[in-house]
Amino acid sequence: MTQTLTKHLAADERVGKRNPLQKLLGRPEVGALVGAIVLFIFFAIVSQTFTQPNAFATVLYGSSTIGIMAVGVSLLMIGGEFDLSTGVAVISSALTASLFSWYFTTNVWVGVALALVVSLSIGFINGWILIKTKLPSFIVTLASFLMLTGLNLGLTRLIGGSVSSPSISTMDGFKSAQAIFASSVNIAGVEVKNTVFIWIVLVAVASWVLLRTKVGNWIFAVGGDANAARAVGVPVAKTKIGLFMAVGFCGWILGMHNLFAFDAVQSGEGVGNEFLYIIAAVIGGCLLTGGYGSAVGGAIGAFIFGMANKGIVYAQWNPDWFKFFLGLMLLLATIVNLIVKRRAELK
Amino acid sequence: MNAKQIDQQTLLKDEKDPLTHTPVHLLSLDQVGKHYGNIIALSDATLAVDNGRVTCVLGDNGAGKSTLIKIIAGLHQHDEGTFKILGEERKLNSPREALDSGIATVYQDLAVVPLMPIWRNFFLGSELTTGWGPLKRMDVQRMKDITLKELAEMGIDLRDVEQPIGQLSGGERQCVAIARAVYFGAKVLILDEPTAALGVKQSGVVLRYILQARDRGLGVVFITHNPHHAFPVGDRFLLLKRGKSIGYYEKKDITLEELTAQMAGGAELAELAHELEELGGHGDVVKEVQAEVAGTGSHLPG
Repeated sequence: MTQTLTKHLAADERVGKRNPLQKLLGRPEVGALVGAIVLFIFFAIVSQTFTQPNAFATVLYGSSTIGIMAVGVSLLMIGGEFDLSTGVAVISSALTASLFSWYFTTNVWVGVALALVVSLSIGFINGWILIKTKLPSFIVTLASFLMLTGLNLGLTRLIGGSVSSPSISTMDGFKSAQAIFASSVNIAGVEVKNTVFIWIVLVAVASWVLLRTKVGNWIFAVGGDANAARAVGVPVAKTKIGLFMAVGFCGWILGMHNLFAFDAVQSGEGVGNEFLYIIAAVIGGCLLTGGYGSAVGGAIGAFIFGMANKGIVYAQWNPDWFKFFLGLMLLLATIVNLIVKRRAELK
Repeated sequence: MNAKQIDQQTLLKDEKDPLTHTPVHLLSLDQVGKHYGNIIALSDATLAVDNGRVTCVLGDNGAGKSTLIKIIAGLHQHDEGTFKILGEERKLNSPREALDSGIATVYQDLAVVPLMPIWRNFFLGSELTTGWGPLKRMDVQRMKDITLKELAEMGIDLRDVEQPIGQLSGGERQCVAIARAVYFGAKVLILDEPTAALGVKQSGVVLRYILQARDRGLGVVFITHNPHHAFPVGDRFLLLKRGKSIGYYEKKDITLEELTAQMAGGAELAELAHELEELGGHGDVVKEVQAEVAGTGSHLPG
């Protein structure tokens, strides 16, 4: 018995060596990174203006307005859920801030704080219903998407009497809020919107949480196999609800940007944007089924989106082609992800 | 975290000085029974678990195996008999309580998250952290080192703990779960059908790690329906059938053939042969079953 035992131990089941290139190819965001580089080179060739600093700053700005949300949506998707209400929830947040401040003629910052509470609450309610009913997040967030769409339109008309929220540009605190949420920084003669910096900070924080904290470990676990996670003591319900609230937080930032970039918000906006955030996350390597992906990937996905969106304009093509382009990118990215997952799951 | 290290050391000390010198068992069940309403799920189960010993619980589907482990793992409470941990009578109210008493259960399907790296799986739910406040983070390097070391001690030699655990074979995955239970201070390891979904070779791998765990001084409860897996590694065998204990043997008192016969139920096979004969037209099958009856029936103990 002991003899066979030692013999078996000597001939252990070794896993094959992986060279550094293979290791790199195993990263979730690598497909997106290759796509981004190809796309950048492509637009740099077909359009002279694309690589100009000013044009590039515009591309970055466009990317950041998607990217800020894509951070939260990526984390949520890694946690095994997705959220269809994000697009309109951004507008709900902006409307809350503007309508509340306008109606009660308070300092704008009171409205901003209330909007944060509302955004986090939307996330909490989405997550809480999901946990309590065990319904798929598709159904739960589709319902909240529809309800928020209706609330945005209905309440705006009820309170402000119009489809658009009243202008708050002359109110107390508007200037300071604008400086925080919708200003730009001059770097070597190029105006860079501060959303770009907010985006970068969010991506960095999310990456750190995901890869270096135990909460990050739990996010991967609840998305990968919620039952296994529960069995080893991971607080699955708290993690998932927390993720929905993180999405709410990102929505609040973007909502405040939308509000203070101008001074009013159209109550019917935002519909359809939820897909752009999901697309950015999926292109960036997050699996729809959860348990795999990265915050950086989501950011690259948003960057691809920004480049394609603005690049087509700089190349002086008809923007009609943009959606086709986006769909193609999505398909290719998903196929790459599928292959990666199969390789990871099968020996 | 220092406390954990000390735990490990006491465990290793136990290895040299097993409890068998004393009459106290690590775990002992005496005529334990459980009923759900008027359905008797388990009755008269008696078994003991000691350091460095493997106690096998054998039985077919519905024999009461899972009820028995649920009682030991703290998911259910028994209604009859006594359940002692280190000589002290207990009734466990939750899996957490069982864990705190050093009883860890490795379930066949609930072991790991396939897409996550091995080291993340190993420490999932019990991550080591360093730093304070908002900068509190996982001690990644230490977690990787410990994973590598613990798995090496179980005889799994990995180059890369960054690999998704899904890339390991079913047997190896089971073993990571076992190593994890051992590291987190388990003194009693309950393995729920660890070989049920595995092929012959992989089952061998898991059986080897059961012996590794035993040699490290743990008391192992190995639940299976396969006597061929139980016999080579087991020290004691509890046989369950339809919620009742039909035998409890020391290894020296029973052979593999007897164990198989008890499991298969010689009498039932004879009945099956008879039924098939009556139906007619199954000549080959009848002969086969009869041969089996002849092979096992003569060894029937009792």
